[in-house]
Order: sequence, then C-alpha cells, then structure tokens
Amino acid sequence: MPKVKIPRKSTSVDMTAMCDVAFLLLNFFMLTSNFTVKEAVLVSTPSSISEIKIPEVSIMTIIIDKDGKVFFGIDGAKRTELLKTVGESYQMAFNDKELRTYSLINSSGVPIEMMKQYLELPMEERDKKENALGIPADSVDNQLKVWIKSARKVDIKAKIAIKADQNATYAVIKNVMKTLQDLDENKYNLITSLEKPAEIVIP
Amino acid sequence: MNVQSKDHGKGGKPKPKKVSTRVDLTPMVDLGFLLITFFMLTTTLIKPQTMEIYLPSNKKEDEDKQTEIKQSQAITILINNENKLYYFFGGPEGEKDPELIVTDYSPTGLRSMLLQRNAEVVLKIEELKKKLESRELTQEQFSEQSAAVKRELHIAPVVVIKATDLASYKNLVDVLDEMQICNVARYAIVDITDYDKELIAKIEGTGISEPGGTN
Repeated sequence: MPKVKIPRKSTSVDMTAMCDVAFLLLNFFMLTSNFTVKEAVLVSTPSSISEIKIPEVSIMTIIIDKDGKVFFGIDGAKRTELLKTVGESYQMAFNDKELRTYSLINSSGVPIEMMKQYLELPMEERDKKENALGIPADSVDNQLKVWIKSARKVDIKAKIAIKADQNATYAVIKNVMKTLQDLDENKYNLITSLEKPAEIVIP
Repeated sequence: MNVQSKDHGKGGKPKPKKVSTRVDLTPMVDLGFLLITFFMLTTTLIKPQTMEIYLPSNKKEDEDKQTEIKQSQAITILINNENKLYYFFGGPEGEKDPELIVTDYSPTGLRSMLLQRNAEVVLKIEELKKKLESRELTQEQFSEQSAAVKRELHIAPVVVIKATDLASYKNLVDVLDEMQICNVARYAIVDITDYDKELIAKIEGTGISEPGGTN
C-alpha cells in the first residue's frame, strides 16, 4: 500500500497583526492613564449620586481617616513653595533636600514640629501608624488652618476637596468645616464614590 | 552598489541566498501585552466623584443678608449615631416642643417625606428631565431652567441639617444626597443645640444627652 502523504504545514502564525493590536492598546492605556497615587491613608469614601468629576490640577485635598486624623496635600507642582510658606509661619527653614522629599509626598499628616524628622524617614516608614499622627486641627492648635492658608497663598485658584472616611465622626468633620469657614472658604467639594441615581416616586 | 552589480552579473556566478525578512514577532507581542497589563493595573480610569457644597460665611456683615426662614417651610433633620435619623417641621426658632418624627435612610423614609413636601419642584424638574431626554433641551438649558425652578418656588422647603458629634460622615453625606435627589435647593448644615439633643434623648428614652457633645 502506498503511504498517504500528509502535507506538513507550518504551525507558526503571522504575529504582526497581533503585535499591532497589542501596541495599539498599549498606546491607549498609556495616554489615558493617570496613575493611582499612593495616599497617606486608605479611606473608603461614602457614596452619593453626584456626578461632578474632580479636577486633577490645582486642588488641595484634606483627607480625614476613620480615626479622625487629618492629612493635607496639594497637587504636585507647588509643593515646595507650600512647605516653604508653612515653614515661614512657624519660623522653620527647610533645606533643599527636605523640600525635594516633600515635593514627592502626595499628602502628609504630621504636626509641623515633627516635619523634619518625618522627611528624614525612608519612604516605607512614612505611612506607618506611629508616624502618621495627623495634622492638629482643633481649636487649641489649628495647624490645618495654616496649611490651608499657605496653600491658598501659593495657588490662588485651588479648589478644596475633603476626602473623608465614611466612618469618621461628624465632630471631626465639623472642626474641619469650621476651620474652612474661619478662612472664608465657603465652597468646597466632598469626594464621594458613585452610586446609582435613585428612582424618584412621588408619594 | 556592489550588491547591485552582483545581481546583474552573468549567470555563471552563484546566486546570493535569499534571506527571509520575516522576524518572529512573538516576543514583541509578549512584551506588548505585558506592558498593557501593567498599565491596566496601575491606572484609575474612574475619577472620584465630588459633591459641591456651599456654606454661609460666618462674617458679621453677611448676617443681615441671610434670608429669614419661614417656620412653616422649614424642616429640621437631626442625625444621630447608629444611623438614627429624626426630623421635625419648623426651624431653629420654631415653636417649643415640636413633634420629633423617627425616620430612616430608606426610600420610604426621609426621601418620601421630602419628595412630598417638595412635590411641586420635583415635578417640574422631572418634566425638564424628560425634555432633556427627548432632546428638546440642551444640557445648558436644562441646568439653567432647573436652577430657575429651584429658585422661584417660595413654597419649597428649607432644610436645616443638624448632626450630633457621634454621627458618622456617611450619614451626613447620605442626607446631603437626599437633598439632591429631592431637588431641595435651600439647605444648611447648622450646629446642633442642647435643646435638639434633649429632644433626641427624650425620644430615645435615655434621658441622658449623649456623651462627648460639647456644643
């Protein structure tokens, strides 16, 4: 019996098309992405039906965690100026290295007296519980006020956003709102996560 | 030049071997997808939402400008801890001993009460929304007109929100959310008074005003 010849076909597929697709997607993701920035604390924001998006630039963020500790940060470009201005209010001078370190920190929550030690710490240590003490924001020593005032000086158009944990008590929120009110900052944003709009049924 | 002259040379010379120009692209595809995975995992496509609020300034000169609230229009909402929620009709200087009503955050609770009180505005806004959906109105026209509706109607309720110190932030946002859902244009967050605390204590049957409250 004659042998049946099976034609050998090459198993290699043309990869060019797939390569194109991969890089097309890669381009898309590279251009649309803004990286998740590490924040000083993890907060789970309450949800609301509001659909207003938060601006990315020119914004100062006040973070309140579930224990009521307050953190403060502004967006990248003007951080060094901010720290200088805050330092001036407390007669503290920061050197270039400290300013550079601060410009890389998204939001910080330490009393100003401890700022220097805080900036000395290696990055992994900074967000640890014992180091993240929160900015004093009560009526006895309201450093948050100085921070906001300085940030306003540095960036006159900056919007204020409050990002508070849903389990934070109203007492802390009230303190922060009072501080803002004292500074005549009456318009601000509360950061929330999205919730489905509710059906409206008029009873 | 050299190569070309060879190609056109006489047949006696051996032909140069044709090398395939195809490159194996598999590793490149691998790399591409690896990078895609990286970018997909590190990005945040959803921007956080915000809720804009305006609070009155506490400067002296603004006090005269503040509009007087008609007691009949005012509703006071009291937020306490553990998701407890109460309301009464009447504003800060209302009649003594108002009837405190227990409610909750469900659609049948606070929301239905507010929708009922604010029905006229809600209906008008819904009408505008329908027009927006059927493309009779542009987005700008819609926001303009709905703002006008909210401003005009003077029978619309004025809501005073008061929270105890132990109330959670979530509760506050939930109540503010209800204001949006129910199209309540005028609301304010006000400090709780001792009298309000007494009312809450009375209805909760504890008799003691809650600890930690110093305001």
